[in-house]
Amino acid sequence: MTLLETNTSRRSFLRGAGAAGLGLVIGFRFEPHGVAGRAAAQNADVFEPNAFIRITPDNIVTIFCKHIEFGQGPFTGFATIIADELDASRDQIQVEHAPADASKYANLFFKIQGTGGSTAMANSWDQLRQAGAEARARLVQAAAEEWGVPSTEITIDGGVLKHASGKQASFGALCQKAAITELKSAATPKTPDQWTYIGKTFPKVDTKPKTNGEAVFTIDVKLPDMLTCVIARPPRFGATPKSFDATAALEVNGVAEVFAVPHGIAVLAKGYWQARKGADALQVEWDESAAETRGSAGIMAHYKELAAKTGQIARNDGDAESALENGATVIEATYSFPYLAHAPLEPNDCVIHRDGDGVELLLGSQLQTIDQMTVAAVLGLKPEQVAIKTMLAGGSFGRRATPASDMAAEAALVLKAAKHQGPIKVIWSREDDIKGGFYRPLFVHKLRGAVDGEGNIVSWDQVIVGQSFVFGSPFEQTLVKHGIDELMVEGASNMEYTIPNLRVSVHREEVGVPTLWWRSVGHTHTAYAVETFLDELAAAAGADELELRRKLLANSPRHLGVLNLVVEKAGWGSPVADGRARGIAVHKSFNTFVAQIAEISKGEDGLPKLEKVWCAVDCGQPINPDVIVAQIQGGVGYGLSGVLYGAIDLEDGRVVQSNFDEYRALRIDEMPEIEVHIVPSTEKPTGIGEPGVPPIGPAVANAWAKLTGQRVKELPFTRGVGNA
Amino acid sequence: MPVSLTVNGKTHSLDLDDDTPLLWAIRDEIGLTGTKFGCGIAQCGACTVFIDGSATRSCVTPIAAVEGAEIVTIEGVSGKPAEAVQAAWNALDVPQCGYCQSGQIMSAVALLSENGKPTDDDIDQAMNGNLCRCATYVRIRAAIHDAAKRMEG
Ligand code: FES
Ligand code: FES
Repeated sequence: MTLLETNTSRRSFLRGAGAAGLGLVIGFRFEPHGVAGRAAAQNADVFEPNAFIRITPDNIVTIFCKHIEFGQGPFTGFATIIADELDASRDQIQVEHAPADASKYANLFFKIQGTGGSTAMANSWDQLRQAGAEARARLVQAAAEEWGVPSTEITIDGGVLKHASGKQASFGALCQKAAITELKSAATPKTPDQWTYIGKTFPKVDTKPKTNGEAVFTIDVKLPDMLTCVIARPPRFGATPKSFDATAALEVNGVAEVFAVPHGIAVLAKGYWQARKGADALQVEWDESAAETRGSAGIMAHYKELAAKTGQIARNDGDAESALENGATVIEATYSFPYLAHAPLEPNDCVIHRDGDGVELLLGSQLQTIDQMTVAAVLGLKPEQVAIKTMLAGGSFGRRATPASDMAAEAALVLKAAKHQGPIKVIWSREDDIKGGFYRPLFVHKLRGAVDGEGNIVSWDQVIVGQSFVFGSPFEQTLVKHGIDELMVEGASNMEYTIPNLRVSVHREEVGVPTLWWRSVGHTHTAYAVETFLDELAAAAGADELELRRKLLANSPRHLGVLNLVVEKAGWGSPVADGRARGIAVHKSFNTFVAQIAEISKGEDGLPKLEKVWCAVDCGQPINPDVIVAQIQGGVGYGLSGVLYGAIDLEDGRVVQSNFDEYRALRIDEMPEIEVHIVPSTEKPTGIGEPGVPPIGPAVANAWAKLTGQRVKELPFTRGVGNA
Repeated sequence: MPVSLTVNGKTHSLDLDDDTPLLWAIRDEIGLTGTKFGCGIAQCGACTVFIDGSATRSCVTPIAAVEGAEIVTIEGVSGKPAEAVQAAWNALDVPQCGYCQSGQIMSAVALLSENGKPTDDDIDQAMNGNLCRCATYVRIRAAIHDAAKRMEG
């Protein structure tokens, strides 16, 4: 499969998850199951040339998106490409989530159905263009046969097929004939000069229902006879219920039943509030014998001790150690990064109900195949007996892609244990979410660097200490290379700066706190450490931070491309207003290159106040430029939340924070003006959901160092500024 | 004792405990799900509705406190500021995941009903209680300015 071969590094993200770790997935045949919408496929009036497109006599083109839509824009991306290939009109396009069926809807990089690693458009690009081209060719051929004219004389404009004779027809009018047409020769996708939407304007397809309350998320699902479930969850990770007294809970109006599941006590009630009240009224005794009881401060201190020694080698160019010994100037810095919750605004949730001889789940499923398999294992079903209707999700940022399928698995456990036979909707409170783990792991980095007498960076030694969520997961075989979890070191071990003596090593610690990928994964900490330490080394070398980057990236044209573009657009080097300073950072993640310049002042609260951010991005051929802009804007905002305010702490194993009052998130008055510039490119499209995040932290930190002389090495800023 | 609530002009008699938050009465009982749950403690604004015209966090408003009040949700919001806000939101493609947007729109409509020409500072102040984890704030700000222009026209 050429798509797989032509995509590098990050594309291996989950490649082997299908090929190896989840080899069992491939063995199963996934039959579409219980999804009412697919029934129309049997209808002879319907033109369904492939798994992604259905054209009906009402002239509607329905597109099936194999990736979950949670704001990052795949619905619109799929629509943009297919509408372009079809020359459809914007108004006749509608997009739905595809059912869970890995035989048709696998992520071509993962080989299972799932979304992550900013791969939605990258893996689908060729597939969708081909799908659209075939559909178009069959419509054209149907018209040619109907009108008795050569197909080469037929054009399509705004969803209408036309011939010079004056004959014309809509897609809807031709779909019956197109359905029985066989192509005489292979269809080929358009060439870039023929594009009408790709790289241009195609408004988002999901805006309207998201502005009038009509969009349906998992939490909004209503099924007859459905009960809502709230689970009383353990106070420490790894604790399990020992005993419980449900007397008071059962007295709450609307509570139907209370029972234990392996990880907590489930309360089923008429609605969320009743279930919540019931759960709060429970008396539960927990078995904490296997629970994690350490605090985050202790974990951090331990990591700092480990960071003094070289870990497992992830990269070793030249001889970093002796170059450090011989350096004219040597500097060192220790960085610390806390646990971070994703806190998507829609709390975790899942709906499950019995359906024929299997079950159907309605949820914001990000790894459909894994959710299917996990639920099947819990309920003793075959994976194809587990249907998933993927719902819109109110954000994820990684949280919905748990290798253990936590939301789907617990819904299945609840269904299995309940007396109630009807549908069940499990809803987490915000407190359940903030205290519930699956955090960006806590990390410590220790860096040492040396500059020689001529101001050259001659040595870089980086020791990274943290936790892996890949070992022991289905992703281990893919993401662990030579004993090292790539996700712990990505962004550092593969940095492109040309430094003759460069060593990156890692210590992996076992901690009983569940952790997970958080929008941009390893890059959330590596980009910060690398890009701020580089500024510090530039200062030590008496070099300009931009010129130093240009020099060290001389062989990395796409890095240089975004760097030079952002410099030009921001007018870097021209005077900055009094009381303000600018910082710069450049970083590649998910095969996308982003450079950012942050201009800041000092806010009344003593923290950086973001005045303006300039961004340049190279994500290959832009598919939908406005979605790119939106994702970079959002990435900057999400990154700022984490860097400025985000921290989850544990005391004796108990999570301190509980809701947005304590786990602070960026608000509108803290959001800067943001300019986004896209580098024109004809390379294949790469990721866009995550790459906007990594550079913003270091860009702000570098500006802050210039403004105040203070280099913030303990995140978030709310701590680092006070403690620096 | 059933509690009677008037939502979007329709009166519903609900058999719920007095302390039930309006949010859950609207979502689970009345079945209007455009109003969202994000935090339950008046920190995120996803649950914003109008109570007698003022933007209120329904997650911390017990139903007993709003008997007889005029309650308006995203499904029922109407009038010039609402039309302008929704048109601007669509023109600028503000939403990403969309989950916060009902609340954002309700707060924006409340702002524009009071102040037809808000400055950036006015917007920051009025919208500060509405979290957007997707950080669509740049477009929210721009769309409120755009809506203000539409209201003039
Ligand atoms: S749910 Fe009411 S303010 Fe968050
Ligand atoms: S659009 Fe996702 S939370 Fe605002």
